[in-house]
Amino acid sequence: MHLTQLSVFLENKPGRLEHVLQVLANEQIDIVTLTIAELRDFGILRLIVDRPEAAFAALRREHITSSKTEVLPVAVDIKPGSLLRLLDILSRHEINIEYMYALSGKHESQPIMIFRFEDLAAAREALKEGDCTILSCNTIQNG
Amino acid sequence: MFSPEFETMAPAKRRELQLERLRHSVRHAFENNAHYHKAFSDAGFHPDQLRSLDDLRRVPFLTKQTMRQNAPFGLFATSMKQVIRLHSSSGTTGNATVVGYTRNDLDLWATLMARTIAAAGGSDEDIIQVAYGYGLFTGGLGAHYGAEKIGATVVPISGGNTDRQLMIMRDFGTTMLACTPSYAINLADYAAKHMPDFDFRKTKLKRGIFGAEPWTEGMRQEIERALGIDAFDIYGLSEVIGPGVACECSAKSGLHVFEDHFLVEIIDPATGEVLPEGEAGEIVYTSLTKECCPVIRYRSRDITRLYRDGCSCGRTLVKMEKVRGRSDDMLIIRGVNVFPSQIEALLMEVDGVEPHYQIVVDRQGALDNIEVRVEVDEALFSDEMKVLEALSGKIAARMRSILGISAKVTLVEPRSIERSQGKAQRVIDRRHLS
Repeated sequence: MHLTQLSVFLENKPGRLEHVLQVLANEQIDIVTLTIAELRDFGILRLIVDRPEAAFAALRREHITSSKTEVLPVAVDIKPGSLLRLLDILSRHEINIEYMYALSGKHESQPIMIFRFEDLAAAREALKEGDCTILSCNTIQNG
Repeated sequence: MFSPEFETMAPAKRRELQLERLRHSVRHAFENNAHYHKAFSDAGFHPDQLRSLDDLRRVPFLTKQTMRQNAPFGLFATSMKQVIRLHSSSGTTGNATVVGYTRNDLDLWATLMARTIAAAGGSDEDIIQVAYGYGLFTGGLGAHYGAEKIGATVVPISGGNTDRQLMIMRDFGTTMLACTPSYAINLADYAAKHMPDFDFRKTKLKRGIFGAEPWTEGMRQEIERALGIDAFDIYGLSEVIGPGVACECSAKSGLHVFEDHFLVEIIDPATGEVLPEGEAGEIVYTSLTKECCPVIRYRSRDITRLYRDGCSCGRTLVKMEKVRGRSDDMLIIRGVNVFPSQIEALLMEVDGVEPHYQIVVDRQGALDNIEVRVEVDEALFSDEMKVLEALSGKIAARMRSILGISAKVTLVEPRSIERSQGKAQRVIDRRHLS
C-alpha cells in the first residue's frame, strides 16, 4: 500500500496557508503531518491527512490548486546510521529520491520517513528486499 | 451576405461612391459644427478643395483629446431634437466621450451589425444571446439592433450572471453568442468548475461574435475548443459608431471594413504621415454617412495593417488585421515596444497556460521592470518544484528571445487575478503613479 499525499500551490502571501487550513478544518480533516517547500514567490504545501479524497474535493471546491501524489512511508530504527542504510539500498538500485520529510508521529516508537520517488514501484521492491518496514496507509492516516 | 450590392461592389465604383459621400460628410461637418468649422479654417482647408479621395490628407486630424474637450455635445452636427440616442465610451484611457445618434444613424448602425452577424454565418434562423453589457456601452444595444435587423431571435440577457447565462443558453437553444472574448472564456471556465453536467457540445450553440477588446489567434482556438463553436472577431469604436465598423467573414483571416460608410487610412503614429496600403500603423477613420456625430480623420490609436487579398467570401471590402494593440496600450519597456497582445500570444503557446494573466510594469530607480503574472490551475500544477520552475523559466526565456525583454514571471493562485464581466484588465502600469 502506498500513501496519498496532497500537494497545494500556495502564493507566498500572508493568509494563504491559513485559508487552506481553514478549508480543511471546515471539512473536519485531521492533518497527520505537513511540510512546506518554498521558492521566492510561491511554495508547495505537502500534507498527509486522514481523508485525502475528501480533503482534495474540498480544496477543489474552493478553487485551490492541488494535486494528489503517491508517497511511501518507511519506518526507521532509532539508532545512528539507520537512515544511511536505507539510502544505501536506494542508491545501489539507482533509485532517485524527489524529496523526503519526517512524519511527526511514530510507529511502534520508530520514526517514520515519507519518500517521494520517481519510480515508486522500483523503490518499494528495493526497500522490501532490503528488509525495510513500509507502513500501510491505514497505520499513518489513523495512527 | 446582408448588403451584397455594397459588400461586393467593384472597387472603382466604390471609390466613386466614397468620394461623393466624403464630400457630403466633410461639408456637413464644416457647415453644421463649430469645432470642425474652426479646425478646418485654421488649417486653411475648405470642403470645396475635396476633388479626390487623396485630398483628404489636407484635412486636420480629430483626436480623442479634442473629443473629450468637446464633450458632451460639442461635436454634434444636428439639433438635439433629431438626436434620439446617446452612448458613451467606457473611457478606458481617461475621461469618457459621448456620441449621439439620429434615427438614420441608428438604422445605419443596425444595418452594419446585421452585416456583421451575416458575415459570421448568422441569419433570421438564429437565436442570438447578447451577453455584452446593455447601457451606455455600445456593445449590447449595437448587437441587439443588428440581430433584430437581420430578423434573428434576440435574447437580451446583457453581461454577467454567468450561471443564468448558461442555463438560458441551454434552455432557449441559443445558436449564437455575442460577448467579449474574455467573457466567453469565463463562461467556459465557470461551466467546467460549477456545472459538471453542462456540455457546450450538447447545446445548440454554433457560432459567436466577439469584440470590444483585443484578442489573439490563440484565444480564438481556446474559445472554439472550449465552446465547440466558430468564433469571429468583430471590431468597432464608440467614437466611430460602436461595433459594426469591421468584421471577420468565413475566411477568419482579417476583418472587412465597411468602406462604403467609413473611409480608412493608415498613418505613422509619430509623424501623422499617411502610409501606403499594406504597412502597419495607426488606423484613422472618416465617417461618410453619419448625421449626428460625423468623425473626420479620427485617430483611433489602434495599430493594424490594411490589405486586399481577393477574399474567398466574395467581399471586395478592404481587410484590416486583428488589431495589434492600441498605441496608448503599447508598453515601452527599457526602450522596447511591446503590446500586451504579443505577450498573450506567447503565453498561449506554452502548453497548459490558460489566458488568465496580468502584466505589471513598475519602475525601480531609472529601470523599468515588467512582471507577468500567470495563474496556475490544476492542469499546470506539479508537485515538483523543478517542474514549476521550468515553466516560469520557459515563459521568461520565450519573452527574452521573441520580444527582447527580460520579464519576471510569477506563478499565482487561480482567481487571484481579477475577472471582469466586460473588459479584462490585462495591464497595470505603475510607472505613472509615482
